Amino acid sequence: MNNRLKVLRAERNWSQADLAERLEVSRQSVNAIETGKYDPSLPLAFRIAALFELPIEAIFSAD
Amino acid sequence: MICSPAQKRYNKRVIGLSLIYAGLLIGAVWLFKHHAVSGPLAWIVAILPALPIIGIFAAIGGYIVEESDEYLRMLLIRQTLYGSGFSLSIATGWGFLESFGMVHHVETYWVSILWFAGLGIGQLVNRITEGSWS
Repeated sequence: MNNRLKVLRAERNWSQADLAERLEVSRQSVNAIETGKYDPSLPLAFRIAALFELPIEAIFSAD
Repeated sequence: MICSPAQKRYNKRVIGLSLIYAGLLIGAVWLFKHHAVSGPLAWIVAILPALPIIGIFAAIGGYIVEESDEYLRMLLIRQTLYGSGFSLSIATGWGFLESFGMVHHVETYWVSILWFAGLGIGQLVNRITEGSWS
């Protein structure tokens, strides 16, 4: 899976820690998702989408 | 490294159980060394050091249940799989070597020690592949 998390975060001037706090996950989780090492579960993907007020497919895409 | 609330609770439980284990083991060794126990009491004293170790297994299970961060949970589960694979592989290999008389007998609690060593290997793998010690 590819994702635009890093770009979306940078657009808002949020650090990984800022995003982690908003999502109520660890900074390691944000880093792992951003670098493509970990694909989030559907519930977490929905939380990310809700936070950025975007549809999931605008953030995540298949390889 | 910042610990999640579940990690902090787990750390506290493991430290507490480790201290209880050390106390029970020292006590049991002393009692047996001085022939202070016999009969059913000897059975109870002999099994006591195992209980906090079993408690640590339960604490790890509790941590897996309580950890709300799915990525950290995945890392921990992967660690436990490394622990299980490592300890069971060595125990199986050693068992066959022992049954064919190639090696001496080893107490089965060593499987637990190997499992904890396997957790360490899993943590190292997490560090190398994910860049995270968690």
